[in-house]
Amino acid sequence: MKSNYDILVIGGGPAGALAARTAAEAGNSVCLIEKRPAIGTPVRCAEGIGKELLKEFIKPDPRWISADIESARIIAPNGTAICLDQARAGNEVGYVLDRKVFDRELVWQAAEAGADVIVKTRATEPIMENGAVRGAKVSSAGTPAEIRAEVVIAADGTEAQFARRAGLDTTVPLREMMSCAQYVMTDIDINAGCTDFYLGNEIAPEGYLWVFPKGDRSANVGIGITGRKSHDGSRAKDYLDRFVAKNFPNGKTIEMIVGGVPVCRPLPCTVTDGLLVAGDAARVVDPITGGGIGNAMYTGRLAAQVASRCIEAGNCSKEALMAYDTEWRASKMGATIERNYKVKEYFVTLDDAKLNALADSIASISFSEFSVLALIKELIKRNPKLLLELKALRDTLS
Amino acid sequence: MCTMLRINRDKCGYCGTCVAVCPEDALELIDAYLSLERECIACGICARACPLGALEVVHEE
Repeated sequence: MKSNYDILVIGGGPAGALAARTAAEAGNSVCLIEKRPAIGTPVRCAEGIGKELLKEFIKPDPRWISADIESARIIAPNGTAICLDQARAGNEVGYVLDRKVFDRELVWQAAEAGADVIVKTRATEPIMENGAVRGAKVSSAGTPAEIRAEVVIAADGTEAQFARRAGLDTTVPLREMMSCAQYVMTDIDINAGCTDFYLGNEIAPEGYLWVFPKGDRSANVGIGITGRKSHDGSRAKDYLDRFVAKNFPNGKTIEMIVGGVPVCRPLPCTVTDGLLVAGDAARVVDPITGGGIGNAMYTGRLAAQVASRCIEAGNCSKEALMAYDTEWRASKMGATIERNYKVKEYFVTLDDAKLNALADSIASISFSEFSVLALIKELIKRNPKLLLELKALRDTLS
Repeated sequence: MCTMLRINRDKCGYCGTCVAVCPEDALELIDAYLSLERECIACGICARACPLGALEVVHEE
């Protein structure tokens, strides 16, 4: 194992892979370490992503696309369905990916660009010198080693322990951690081109339950509830089991997936001396949808671009790396996260009667755009009083 | 009496949700093994967040 690189990337998910690919393409020596023995498994994801967002980073390939999504339904507690259809909307909907293959493809591209990839290698703590991160102490299949680097990019996912050990507080408050469970189910009656989102405090308190098709008769059937709604007997898995027993009693579960999705605001600062934090570790998940793949790829790539410039300029201080933090906050992604965070904070306060009333008010509409923003705008048009309750949103919606 | 965190390894899905909410950085997910690496204050936050109910704060004589 080499012990010196320009850039060390911690984590082999979409953020880490894009960081490593981008950094290697810019001519840096790059090492990507993954603590698991394999890239892509175990999956911790519902696997949905918007088509336009995906295409910014990689050309869609049927090898890792499980389903092409043309419509979506949001189903209120009383059964009212709001339908969004690609044929009527101006923009494309999305894909359900096969993350096991997708993540391997992304890391393969990083390797092809010249990055070293080492699996079953866990960063145990940062190497700190004069308050700056200068690499990581690692355990590589049980053997301790040190990997030094000019810059470390922490893309270690929800757990986010590397940044924490470098002095950034990455702890997710219980009320903002979505506790999730998902079954990959087969032999079920579904519309293979339509994603369903079920809302309601009986179905998924402070979260939602999803059915994301994976093919003609199979789907990711999953749920996220907030940590504060999670108790013995009413955990994510309990809610999921009740839904499955009622809706897919004859379906077969071929995989059980659990995980946590942080829906807090992003870290107050995503850099420190010698370190950038990207993807779920930076808490750049969309707080409404819980979607994180696209934001992970965006921040991973941007982190590597800024790191490359700073290495070239010979200054990897926090001040120099701040260009990364400033740029993503000012980006479309940064603005969307901030807006959707406020929307989420409002929606978690709604009881089922209110959710039903809101859904009824927009159930008959043909949406001209497929987005959270389009939904919110239509809701406000039909329910002007919402604007009073959603005071914080007024500026962001204009 | 001592208070401690009990990990039910048959229930645990080794997903790391507990790691991210632990205020003490006491838990660590090492591949498919959840380890209590540092001192636990038995606050029970991890037990709440767990999607499967694999964690329990227990009081032992």
